[in-house]
Amino acid sequence: MSTSTTNPGLSPVRQSKLTRGQRPKWLIPVVGLVAVVAGAALAALIGFSVALWALFAAVIFLIAGPVAVGLIEGSRAGADSLMTFLVYAAFLLAVIPLISVIWTVLANGVPGLTSNMLLTSMNGITGFQDNKADAPGDVMGGAYHAIVGTVSITFWATLMSVPVGLLTAIYLVEYSQGGWLGKAITFFVDVMTGIPSIVAGLFAAALFGMIFGPSTRTGFVAAVALTVLMIPTVVKNTEEMLRIVPNELREASYALGVRKWRTIIKVVIPTAISGIASGVTLAIARVIGETAPLLVTAGFATAINWNTFSGWMTTLPTFIFYQIMNPTSPTNPDASLQRAWAAALILIIIVMLLNLVARLVAKAFAPKTAGR
Amino acid sequence: MSKRIDVEHLNVHYGDFLAVQDVSMNIEPRSVTAFIGPSGCGKSTFLRTLNRMHEVIPGAYAEGRVLLDGDDLYGKGVDPVTVRSMVGMVFQRPNPFPTMSIRDNVLAGVKLNNKRISGSEADELVESSLRGANLWNEVKDRLGRPGSGLSGGQQQRLCIARAIAVKPDVILMDEPCSALDPISTLAIEDLINEIKTDYTVVIVTHNMQQASRVSDKTAFFNIEGTGKPGRLIEYAPTSDIFNTPQKKETEDYVSGRFG
Repeated sequence: MSTSTTNPGLSPVRQSKLTRGQRPKWLIPVVGLVAVVAGAALAALIGFSVALWALFAAVIFLIAGPVAVGLIEGSRAGADSLMTFLVYAAFLLAVIPLISVIWTVLANGVPGLTSNMLLTSMNGITGFQDNKADAPGDVMGGAYHAIVGTVSITFWATLMSVPVGLLTAIYLVEYSQGGWLGKAITFFVDVMTGIPSIVAGLFAAALFGMIFGPSTRTGFVAAVALTVLMIPTVVKNTEEMLRIVPNELREASYALGVRKWRTIIKVVIPTAISGIASGVTLAIARVIGETAPLLVTAGFATAINWNTFSGWMTTLPTFIFYQIMNPTSPTNPDASLQRAWAAALILIIIVMLLNLVARLVAKAFAPKTAGR
Repeated sequence: MSKRIDVEHLNVHYGDFLAVQDVSMNIEPRSVTAFIGPSGCGKSTFLRTLNRMHEVIPGAYAEGRVLLDGDDLYGKGVDPVTVRSMVGMVFQRPNPFPTMSIRDNVLAGVKLNNKRISGSEADELVESSLRGANLWNEVKDRLGRPGSGLSGGQQQRLCIARAIAVKPDVILMDEPCSALDPISTLAIEDLINEIKTDYTVVIVTHNMQQASRVSDKTAFFNIEGTGKPGRLIEYAPTSDIFNTPQKKETEDYVSGRFG
């Protein structure tokens, strides 16, 4: 169509009619630079701070950029660039807290991440040792018992909630056919999703208190509390994943003379397994950081306890909580603070590893679509 | 292998809604029967009652008798799963199992039912089924690759191979070519002509040329209006339906006056 082209040897190059009235490439960087400078000046007038500077620069850019584009390219392009910049701004706003959290935890946690931290418990650690520690590396005691507690309590909670949640979701999607039982289950699952975690903890504590006598506190009680929190998440997610399995696949299987339960096990679940696996991981990640229900169910331990069914246990969140609220040495809380940050870092690393595992699982099970 | 189907006064309901009313027909073994008619006239619904697939939809049920070589599919104590292993089905959209390789897709009917099959038997079954579906030469070097990586026409032939592999007596096809290009359609039609020597084939199609090309007998279904049940208007050898239809409605439809 167009006679103008930049391809040499075909026809003479000239200014294309199609690109007339477009903004020059340097416009946006220049507007950005002006906004930064003007923002600095405005902030200096009021009392300089980095946050104020960024705020002013952003506001100036959000006004000046679209106006400049609008003057050159017309109001439609101006409105378009305004929306584009707003989307970018919203994205930056959303990412700032995330990066800030990771940065803070890394900066504070890495110095405390010693072999003591990872491989010893708080058994026998008193204010005396903390007062003696000068350098970060000298701090005695660690979170080994809390890591053990977190892993075993979460393991038992997962072991209980995944089968229940999975089977419930299968019933809802494949069998209930909109019956009253299915509707009732959906309603209660929705209600359970909104249960405050401390209520789940009180429920588990009361349940075990009723059966085994008051103030029964073991890792298993905590696992039951976490199960109550986890089941609705697993059900909801698995339900979604099963619903997006195309009906055609079920019909194809039925048409081959395959029974319904076999169709579910061998066709429906394998097709949805990657989504189910990542959903289960998200559910684990949600409960692994719970603090409140553990405070009322698992008690508090300073020593390593591998037995989920007897004796008190500590998990990483409760460890952090106690280290901050009740430092081992009240006069010199630095050591406790350091242990708390390191424990927070360990918790984040565990969650990240879980996510990684979920991705690998999802990838391993994902329907194979590659390659003609 | 191939069996005849006799349908006697069949009504199909979806809950309170009567979808198909009073259909009777006899389908000969080793023949191709085409169902034509406007959308919503109940031809797919009727096709699905021939292997009880309509029961997958909640609230659907059928009255009347469907006899497969004299055995009533709707008799007391008949397991729909047994019926479906005798009457295979190919669907409108190709639907190979996405989690399985080409080989596993062909073996799906065996493997999903947990029947034991030795490696050499499985190899033979895969080859004979894929050859039966005219797909062997195209996929023999990549049997381990996912079935969803094939083209649409190849996927549909894979689905036919999958249906053949369970050795049914009848194969039902619900608009098997409506999602395919002319070349793939031709391949499927050739295939239908070949497999009718071994199977009773029933095919639903919107394409009247296709019906006249592939089928021995044609059934025309129609509906009086929305909310009314679909009925069998005329059932006769294909050449009669297209050349000398007995009913005015049939003539209007096949001559393109409506629909």
